[in-house]
Amino acid sequence: MPYLVHSPEDRAAMLATIGAASMEPLLADIPASLRVRRLELPDGLSEPEAMGRIRSLAGRNRVFEDRLTFRGGGVYRRFIPAAVPAVTSKGEFYTAYTPYQPEASQGWLQAIFEFQTMIAQLTAMDVANASLYDGATAVAEAAMMAVVHTGRDKVLVAGYLHPEYEETLRGFAKGRKFHVLHHRPRGGVLTAEELEAELHDEIAAVIFQQPNFLGLVEDASALTAAAHAHGALAIASVDPISLALLAAPGEYGADIAVGEGQQLGLAPSFGGPHVGFMACRSELVRRLPGRLVGQAFDGQGRRGFVLTLQAREQHIRREKATSNICTNHALCALAATVYLTYMGPDGMHSIAATSLSRAHHLAEGLSRLPGFQPAFPDASFVNEFPLRIEKPGELLARLAGQGILGGLDAGRWFPELAGVVLFCCTELNDPAALDELVEACR
Amino acid sequence: MAERKYTASHEWIVRAGDSATIGISDFAQAQLGDVVFLELPAKGAKLKAGESFGVIESVKAASDLYSPVTGTVLEINEKLTKNPELVNSDPYGEGWLVKLQVEGEPEGLLTESEYKATAAADH
Amino acid sequence: MTEQLAFEKSRESLPGPRLPAAGVPELAPAQVLPKGALRKTPPGLPRLSEPELMRHFSRLGAMNYSISKNFYPLGSCTMKYNPVVNEVAASLPGFALLHPYQPEETVQGALELMWDLERALCAVVGMDRMSLQPAAGAHGEWTGLRMIQAFHEDRGDERTEVLVPDSAHGTNPASAALCGFKVVEVKSAPDGRVSLPDLEAKLNERTAALMLTNPNTVGTFEKDILEIAGLVHAVGAKLYYDGANLNALMGICRPGDMGFDVVHLNLHKTFTTPHGGGGPGAGPVGVKAELEPFLPTPTVARPNGHFTFDYERPKSIGRVRSFYGNFGMLVRALTYILAMGGDGLTQASHDAVLAANYVRQNLEDVLEFPQPPPCKHEFVASARNLPNGMKALDLAKGLLERGFYAPTIYFPLIVPEAVMVEPTETESKATLDAFTDAVREIVQLAHDDPERLHREPTSLPVGRLDEVAAARNPVLRWRPAAAD
Repeated sequence: MPYLVHSPEDRAAMLATIGAASMEPLLADIPASLRVRRLELPDGLSEPEAMGRIRSLAGRNRVFEDRLTFRGGGVYRRFIPAAVPAVTSKGEFYTAYTPYQPEASQGWLQAIFEFQTMIAQLTAMDVANASLYDGATAVAEAAMMAVVHTGRDKVLVAGYLHPEYEETLRGFAKGRKFHVLHHRPRGGVLTAEELEAELHDEIAAVIFQQPNFLGLVEDASALTAAAHAHGALAIASVDPISLALLAAPGEYGADIAVGEGQQLGLAPSFGGPHVGFMACRSELVRRLPGRLVGQAFDGQGRRGFVLTLQAREQHIRREKATSNICTNHALCALAATVYLTYMGPDGMHSIAATSLSRAHHLAEGLSRLPGFQPAFPDASFVNEFPLRIEKPGELLARLAGQGILGGLDAGRWFPELAGVVLFCCTELNDPAALDELVEACR
Repeated sequence: MAERKYTASHEWIVRAGDSATIGISDFAQAQLGDVVFLELPAKGAKLKAGESFGVIESVKAASDLYSPVTGTVLEINEKLTKNPELVNSDPYGEGWLVKLQVEGEPEGLLTESEYKATAAADH
Repeated sequence: MTEQLAFEKSRESLPGPRLPAAGVPELAPAQVLPKGALRKTPPGLPRLSEPELMRHFSRLGAMNYSISKNFYPLGSCTMKYNPVVNEVAASLPGFALLHPYQPEETVQGALELMWDLERALCAVVGMDRMSLQPAAGAHGEWTGLRMIQAFHEDRGDERTEVLVPDSAHGTNPASAALCGFKVVEVKSAPDGRVSLPDLEAKLNERTAALMLTNPNTVGTFEKDILEIAGLVHAVGAKLYYDGANLNALMGICRPGDMGFDVVHLNLHKTFTTPHGGGGPGAGPVGVKAELEPFLPTPTVARPNGHFTFDYERPKSIGRVRSFYGNFGMLVRALTYILAMGGDGLTQASHDAVLAANYVRQNLEDVLEFPQPPPCKHEFVASARNLPNGMKALDLAKGLLERGFYAPTIYFPLIVPEAVMVEPTETESKATLDAFTDAVREIVQLAHDDPERLHREPTSLPVGRLDEVAAARNPVLRWRPAAAD
């Protein structure tokens, strides 16, 4: 049988050592009425047979080309340097466990320390944790930090946060018993005046996404200032690639920065596994959920790294822990670390700037078509933008028929956005692909 | 000097008139191991007897601090921010945690010998 | 041997990698973005060439113990072999390149995979439906408790307490607290099992659920499980199964038959998806029919032979994360299940129990065992009363020195100086024998030369690190020298 190691002789010898004639004495404390005769699954398959079945399932999915994928909404096709899977597929990384024993886990601990530093640098915040599951749970965890920190029981979702993040947040809020208020802007972005009207002194945090779910750039400084004026924390859910161009949360004074790291070297994989990240001001460090790696020295003065501030965590603090998170998304965080090391500041800028130029070129091309118009012409965007289109369903189906994964229909989540489609561009949508899309939309 | 009294949750208290000093016992510090961090209330905070007023952390453990009496915080031991190890090295002296203005009469405190008997049984 | 940080190797003058040029009129960000929205200083990321990068991470990898090189007798973590074919499966373009918002008719294979996996996992644990959404075990616990909460609320039944044994994983009370429940601890009997009198005393009309692991964290089967289930159900509460220890029971017995109402599984334990240095995992949650309406949305449905996501679930607790779960992990788990089959999974559990009892037997004269045999897939020993005050920590470090990862130590909390060993079914008898030899050697060393043992490990990149100083003055990131 695959992956099992004992020969019948081994098993017999082991049983003899134990002093058991068969397995039965070892299972004798299981009530007889509970024993099952057999596990109701087909017998196992050889590797080619199992992979045959798996390949046939994969074959029943349709893969759109990178260059013809214009759909984002939180998951983007981006160039993944070959170095990323080359590192994450090393057995020394992917088959290791959580680095509880630091002497035998220095590679992992150092990689996480580098990840924490990179996220802190990218967001211009003081500290970052060792990762969370995804962008949605990162928002929820940040909200819970704010509720505990301020002692207030309401959080305000300001503007267009990813709808699935908001839904996730609402679930966590129900459990933890705080309230989620939201305010949808009249335009695509929120003005400070609009936000001001919604704020009061019972709000623990203002949560906004930058760029927002529609791809539009919010006035993050003004939203942060408005939150602070009411004693609320400002939580920014940010796109990590956009941070090469857009002001970082630390620059505009946000208290907690969170986000989804899929774009940093991870395949779309039908939505996961990706990686959530979280960074904050140093005053909040003991409220951070999940693992943290810190620097330490051994008896000979050699620098190493350890899991630290563990008293925040479930295995020590149990019901008083800052979160229940245990296993996080370390391997995905490693992918992001390799990606950011590969890119460096110049590479990040290049990717972001190319995406920006192409997206604006595409927006212009599409907006010239009859029946296509910018949904919020006054708002600015980076590499994803909303267009108002007649009969978006028909258009998107037609595009799919031509091998193009067109934009995302925002009306699916927001009734006020019926007819609004979000298109995105990355460095993988070459200029010819942009032309093809415009032609196909004609 | 006033007698040091204890709680079953391992805090100690020494009264001096209306005020009192609170810390954790030698037994408690030894159980916790090297203290790395304390979360203490702000000056002026109201504490209630038997209720948690802070947290003490070592590398491998964390434990709530319970106030032996009701009162208002007059002072916290600022030295512990930089030197939490004072709780280990001198739990009844330099490792004190907070000073309180005591309200009402404390109840149910243990004498040293009573406390030692409880702590031994606990373990 | 230590390795500089990527930041310390970085050279300011090194140009970035070659990347696609825009190929359309290039815009400066300031042309299209408001001035106030622009970043002031570029992010301080390291600049390394690809050859340097590859060497850096290869060297880091070499500093880790891992299943590919070492035995991990890590109790409660089920560190079994991660089949390499699983990685091939998950990286097939037909899975890896799917966008989560593709039209349903273009992802029928992915939905079918989720459908098949749900049914296979239900068969193993005896549940009626399952959500594959949770990202990890703790996330699954929280999801399961949220469903139990919703179930009670739906009946207008206000339940505020969750019972958790004192031997439970820390995630159990943390998940219950995260759901807003008051955590009530149930004491263990001297044999490590749930104390029935204490359980009875704590069960009442406020109890929403009892969370249990079976086999429990000391590795013994809760033989009174049917009685426990009866007591829990008698007060209208639900019984929650923490699947951390399922590896002992596949094809032997099923939580669903024991009376459990909700089950979470750790695909990264029982179903061989890699631990990845701490995730990503996956924590599917199964329920009995009564709780099905509360499953997270979306679930996978198959009306008329066509697979679809079902969002029309009015009683659902809603989604618990973005998209549909850690899909890549689901691919790996199904690949494993197909290869193993019912016969293979059953043999795996038998072998896991056999290995644990074998190692336990071989250590009988070296360590203390608070619980009598047999154990299931793991056992807990106590390292108290070892020569010269040797601690569980010393045993752990001594094992690292000898090429083994350490067992779980100081857990469960109910055993002093706990050493928790889970050998799994994928370690050969020779490896298990070498492990027990190493334990013996370390105990002997504690007797002969305790000072030397205290210095171990000496052959790894670093020796014992000062965790106290690290926690007192936490340095959680690198900073450029100028900023210090």
